[in-house]
Amino acid sequence: MKNPTRRSALALAAVAALALTGCGSSDPLGGGDTASGSPSATGGTGGAGGGDALVIGSQQYYSNEIIAELYAQALEAEGYTVEREYQIGQREVYLPEVESGAIDVMPEYGGNLLQYYDAEATATSPEDIQAALAEVLPQGLRPLEPAEATDQDSYNVTREFAEKHSLTTLADLQNVDEQLKVAANSEFETRPYGPAGLKEAYGVDVTVVPVEDSGGPLTVKALVDGDVQLADIYSADPSIAAEDLVTLEDPENLILPQNVTPIVSDAVDEQAAAVIEEVNAKLTPEELIGLNRQSVEKEASSEDIAQAWLSGQGLS
Amino acid sequence: MNQLWEAVLWCLDPTNWTGPSGIAARSLEHLGYTLLAVAIAAAIAVPIGWWVGHTGKGRGAAVALSGAARALPTLGVLTLTGLLLGIGLAAPMTAFVILAIPSILAAAYAGFEAVDRRVIDAARAQGYTGTQVLWQIEVPLGLPVLVGGLRSAALQVVATATLAAYVGAGGLGRYLFLGLKTQDYAMMLGSSLLVVALALVLDGAFALAGRAAVPRGVTVARRGVNA
Repeated sequence: MKNPTRRSALALAAVAALALTGCGSSDPLGGGDTASGSPSATGGTGGAGGGDALVIGSQQYYSNEIIAELYAQALEAEGYTVEREYQIGQREVYLPEVESGAIDVMPEYGGNLLQYYDAEATATSPEDIQAALAEVLPQGLRPLEPAEATDQDSYNVTREFAEKHSLTTLADLQNVDEQLKVAANSEFETRPYGPAGLKEAYGVDVTVVPVEDSGGPLTVKALVDGDVQLADIYSADPSIAAEDLVTLEDPENLILPQNVTPIVSDAVDEQAAAVIEEVNAKLTPEELIGLNRQSVEKEASSEDIAQAWLSGQGLS
Repeated sequence: MNQLWEAVLWCLDPTNWTGPSGIAARSLEHLGYTLLAVAIAAAIAVPIGWWVGHTGKGRGAAVALSGAARALPTLGVLTLTGLLLGIGLAAPMTAFVILAIPSILAAAYAGFEAVDRRVIDAARAQGYTGTQVLWQIEVPLGLPVLVGGLRSAALQVVATATLAAYVGAGGLGRYLFLGLKTQDYAMMLGSSLLVVALALVLDGAFALAGRAAVPRGVTVARRGVNA
């Protein structure tokens, strides 16, 4: 969005690289192609694939792209060649690409990823989720050590509304004797932590007002204007602090923790995995919100944000 | 092909049609938004277009303005107005009206310009006042072109009105977004088919209206020429 030319050029390059590396030897055109020969590769990658570039993907979500860029630049600083394949839709679109080996590194969120592979999963703590993930991920994929940072759906109210009804947890909503509307994407209606889950865990009835910007400015505006009483906003969204919103606590673990968890293919060797995990070790919830804020408030590019953060953390 | 078939099945499933969020209700909403947007746009654009066509003044400005308005991306307008006006119908309606205005404005003055100057000169020679020329010559003779403009505006809006759901205002876009986000592609494609059907119905209705809008005298004159 901020730099369409560069981004589309990147996307093109990445797609080209994907096509070339992905098709391998079965591609009749691939054989003698000069572009695919990436002798530029890298000292350190001893492992799979003969030193091809690592392909890093990201969701169509600015914060996810920033995390992907952190991994990308950290890997580049260690001499790896990376290809960026950012802004690829949602899970159902990119996970098949990850499974097929077209993408080697994907920043993910623990709880939702687990539910994608196992709708009946019972794990609720970050540790249990991590253990369960290792079980359910398809052959050839593994989760790396998650970051402390999490970015999960959260029910938010305005400070005024919280004080008026003395709300701290979702259970306190039982005491509110007005109709509760929650602004969220339309799929919220069908999610386990949506209205049905809220009713089951806390006995609270809400109706969904669909606002399709994924907890973005329109959703926040609806909440602040009082068109709705609740809004589903990602917990790492800087607007929660900026608008002085109150995130209601969730003692029943209705919403699974979504720690930032990279999933990687076998092309990522131990050394590369260690580089990514080193980034994750420094990625606290506050740091993630700080990174997001630079995108939302200063409109900095993911490249610049990542560069500044990594050098600030001594990782580049 | 299979997905298309599933989409058709989704459209035909009677359980999808009822209730406050059923296809029937959403289609009516969608149609209502379209007609309302076109009506508001017409209320704004037709008088301006007629004035431009009648006086010949401000034509350059009208062309430039409607050209610029055409270039506005509707999702951008919707997000901007949404941030000003909040969720609900006001923001998408504003965006749809902006979308509909250029076609209607252009058709309103182009309809006047298409009137044979000799007819107007003849009317003036007979002693018609400016107002009489406007209402008895230009408006009826320009009407078929204007209806054509309304027709293309309505088609643009009906296809774009799915965006109303982006800010919680309903319409057939509800299914489009829900289907997209929950990977229910039968629902997504099905709702697209419904929008197409609605567009065809509207197009047919405007085609009939366009034919009815041709003044009797013109039809007779044309027949005379052809005979």
